[in-house]
Amino acid sequence: MIDPKELKYTKDDEWVRFEGDEAYVGITDYAQSELGDLVFVNLPEVDDEVVAGEPFGDVESVKAVADVFSPVSGVVLEINEDLLDDAALINNDPYGSWFIKVGSISACEDFMTAEEYDEYRG
Amino acid sequence: MGTFIPNTKEEQLKMLNEIGYKDFDDLFKVIPDAAKVKGELNLPDGMSEIEVARKVEGLAAKNTIFRSIFRGAGSYNHYVPSAVDAIANKEEFVTAYTPYQAEISQGILQSIFEYQTMIAEITGMDIANASMYDGASAAAEACWMCKDRRHSTFYVSGALDERILTVINTYSFGRGSKVVVIPTKDGETDKEALAKALADDKEAACFLMQYPNFYGIVEDAEELCKITHDGGAKFIMYCQPLALGALKSPGEVGADIAVGEGQPLGLGLEFGGPYLGFLSTKQENMRAIPGRLIGETVDTRGDRGFVLTIQAREQHIRREKASSNICSNEAWCALRAGIYLSTIGPKGFEDVAALCSSKAHYMADELEKIGMKKCFKGEFWNEFATTCPDADKLLAALEEKGILGGLKLCCGCCDAGCDTDCILWCCTELNSKEDIDEVIAIAKEVF
Amino acid sequence: MKLIFEKSIPGRGQDIFPACDVPVKLPAAPLREKKAHLPEISENEMGRHYTALAKRAHGVNDGFYPLGSCTMKHNPRINEKMAALPGFAKLHPLQPAHTVQGAHELIAELEKFLCEITGMAGVTFQPAAGAHGEFTGLLLIKAYHTDRGDTERNEIIVPDAAHGTNPASATMAGYKTIVIKSNENGTVDIDDLKAHLGPKTAGLMLTNPNTVGLFDPNIMEITKLVHEAGGLCYYDGANLNAVIGIVRPADIGFDVIHMNLHKTFSTPHGGGGPGSGPCAYKDFLAPFAPGLVCKDGENYERAEKSIGNLTGFYGNFLVMVKAYTYLLTIGKEVYTLAQNAVLNANYMQEKLKDIYPIAFDTTCMHEFVIGLDPIYRKTHVSALDVAKALLDYGIHPPTIYFPLIVHEALMIEPTETETKETLDEAITAFREIYDRIFNAPESVQMAPQTTPVLRLDDTKAAREPHLRFDFE
Repeated sequence: MIDPKELKYTKDDEWVRFEGDEAYVGITDYAQSELGDLVFVNLPEVDDEVVAGEPFGDVESVKAVADVFSPVSGVVLEINEDLLDDAALINNDPYGSWFIKVGSISACEDFMTAEEYDEYRG
Repeated sequence: MGTFIPNTKEEQLKMLNEIGYKDFDDLFKVIPDAAKVKGELNLPDGMSEIEVARKVEGLAAKNTIFRSIFRGAGSYNHYVPSAVDAIANKEEFVTAYTPYQAEISQGILQSIFEYQTMIAEITGMDIANASMYDGASAAAEACWMCKDRRHSTFYVSGALDERILTVINTYSFGRGSKVVVIPTKDGETDKEALAKALADDKEAACFLMQYPNFYGIVEDAEELCKITHDGGAKFIMYCQPLALGALKSPGEVGADIAVGEGQPLGLGLEFGGPYLGFLSTKQENMRAIPGRLIGETVDTRGDRGFVLTIQAREQHIRREKASSNICSNEAWCALRAGIYLSTIGPKGFEDVAALCSSKAHYMADELEKIGMKKCFKGEFWNEFATTCPDADKLLAALEEKGILGGLKLCCGCCDAGCDTDCILWCCTELNSKEDIDEVIAIAKEVF
Repeated sequence: MKLIFEKSIPGRGQDIFPACDVPVKLPAAPLREKKAHLPEISENEMGRHYTALAKRAHGVNDGFYPLGSCTMKHNPRINEKMAALPGFAKLHPLQPAHTVQGAHELIAELEKFLCEITGMAGVTFQPAAGAHGEFTGLLLIKAYHTDRGDTERNEIIVPDAAHGTNPASATMAGYKTIVIKSNENGTVDIDDLKAHLGPKTAGLMLTNPNTVGLFDPNIMEITKLVHEAGGLCYYDGANLNAVIGIVRPADIGFDVIHMNLHKTFSTPHGGGGPGSGPCAYKDFLAPFAPGLVCKDGENYERAEKSIGNLTGFYGNFLVMVKAYTYLLTIGKEVYTLAQNAVLNANYMQEKLKDIYPIAFDTTCMHEFVIGLDPIYRKTHVSALDVAKALLDYGIHPPTIYFPLIVHEALMIEPTETETKETLDEAITAFREIYDRIFNAPESVQMAPQTTPVLRLDDTKAAREPHLRFDFE
């Protein structure tokens, strides 16, 4: 499994991509394959606060639901509305399917590099 | 005693021994002695089927079956077509459970899918769920559907049946949501009071009205809907389903959610239960719907089939984050409703609504002629309140003739300010002109 | 097969309603403009439609139904006959009390029976199903604490093996759910319980025997610990069939309990309901009881600090008639139900445990759980596959993927009304499937093959929800 090298990873299987002061958050390929076919995603609203290490939304498969944790503390600037219409995008392209864009970042989780994450889930 | 255990004592002992236990005491030794019942329970000796039937029939015989019923107030004496009992009592329907295993449960699943379609159709809404416990609990769940982080106050009409209000209050007690009753004016929701209450409250989640309301009045639903939406809240209509054969449907009114008591759809009076809560809504509220939903899909051959779907909303998956805890519902009652609506069809649906309305209007006119005036001026469908010089006396006289008269309204329970007793009357398609005339004749004799 | 709407032909129908014998008059209110699409179909065609649907359903009367935690026992016909008596079925719930004395007597007697079975002091029949009973019980707990001014208690402790309804009910009652672990024996981890008890504990919800079918040997200590912390103990009666007549929840320290009349007390499940979930409570909770309470055997009134109502009237009365009929039949020998239920479960467990991994291999109560995970890891044949394979043997599969603490769980509850021959046939089916898992795994993964439809696409159903027939 090769993960894009520029991303950071959490032990809860989220990835984060920093662009300047802002961060995009999604779930890893490992997470989507463990969850199976996703059918729906619950996202926060724009302007909601998110806290590092706490759930900000969840993903639903047919028979399970899993929290998605925020790797950073901050404020939601944007949500990926495409996912609300088609959760399968996450299965098809986990690293292209960001859930939320976070700004005013005040804290971060401990991140792993791609190599460390590969090792962790290898 | 009677028993439904097939194995004989000898067979049981043999099975016990075969798997390494001496006897039942040995099998049950995993339960600490201190936890066990000492001796026998204080219950009667078991009985044979004949003895049981004799005893239970004896209890049934102590109850009065009225040959003519003019009482509604939440439980309606509509006709149940013969086909409903004959079909619903098929044991495959009766003895199955929730259709978890779709391939072996297509019959149950399809019947509920058809029911969901019919409920959506009669209420004029997009989608309906697979059923709720009863109308009152469906109303409470509908209010909770409207709650979000910013909207938490539930407004309900003062002309709502108090029994339903009580259930909404009970459902709100646990989570501490506020329920506010909008006062009535002439037996109807005070529109100005509603508009003001909503204008003053940024946290208003919903307004729930009854249609027709407890006093039988068909309120101006469109106006109430507009006021509610202008006030930033969702509009819930609690409906008598058979009234929708005549009245503008919740969908046409613009309601967000329609709920109600499905008992008129092929269920008897049954001393209050089991009944059938129905709930339908707009497509956009799909994920907030409590309870089971049946959806269409295909099998590996591409053939159409049905499954329980969008289950991740529900308690068995979402657990403490589920919006409702409902698990068992009233599927068999929903089956009855589906058979009922298939039996009467679109024409019967209109006919029965017209019959109920016509009988009630005839009765109201006849009562008026003998001085029992309508308490409220509002339009009504099949229930209406009238004054009565002495309700107890009239109802007793009717009872003597095997007639269940209307429901005596307790003093001060409405805003009519009548200086006499009041009675809430109800007519259905089962009340013939002759039956109504008989009531009038008895009333004439009494007063 | 076609939907009933696809069999509808305009102009067809059935004559049910008479011509109107009074002047026709509709309310002078806005009337419906858009007609409802309802089927237009003859009685014969409609009857065949539903008969075809019945043939595509599987009830207890069709075959073995070992659906764990659901107690799919035989539903005696006499129950149905009694509930259909006009003296019950034709009663209006708002009839004068003196005209329904038989119904009140039945409710009072059933309450007495259920009090004796549970050891409790009173029963409310308002809840319409088990989860509704849980909600009621938790509101009683809440009302009790609130009444004492003990308002800091906002936590309900629930084991990780609990039914999903437990935490969901706790949320509805305004409580925070605190999940505690099961220990390696599958029962409550006492240390974890102790660690979570405290001044915030409102109560504990427990199923005993629990969802892996085990009776908690520390039950007396557990309830004592909860009481010492100031909490109350709630008994989820879903599994009461395992211990009826042998253990009374009140005697082992529980304060409030719900029962499922559609499980333990043989009333049918109706394809998903109606059930009935009466909630029984100890004396000190009586002032908070919902609905109308009968004190003198004749008149009903509201309890002093009642939590209100859970349903509009008396609850699911006709279901109560069925349960009452059942208890009259069985009488004081109710313990024989538990005996044979537990025997049947242990018999099946014993005959399968050499090949199927049992989640907790010890004497079970009325049900046991296979944890298929080790086999799944080797063969990629899942619990779902085994369940689907059972369909081809005419057996309704066990509950699958529950409890959550067992991976690839198959939860089997035979009930007491099954014969040894039925169990043996099911055991043979399970063993054949086991052989197929290793010799022809794809035959299990492709199952079922004999059902009216083959395996259905759940993902498609959830991704593209289609919840009704589209007429246009």
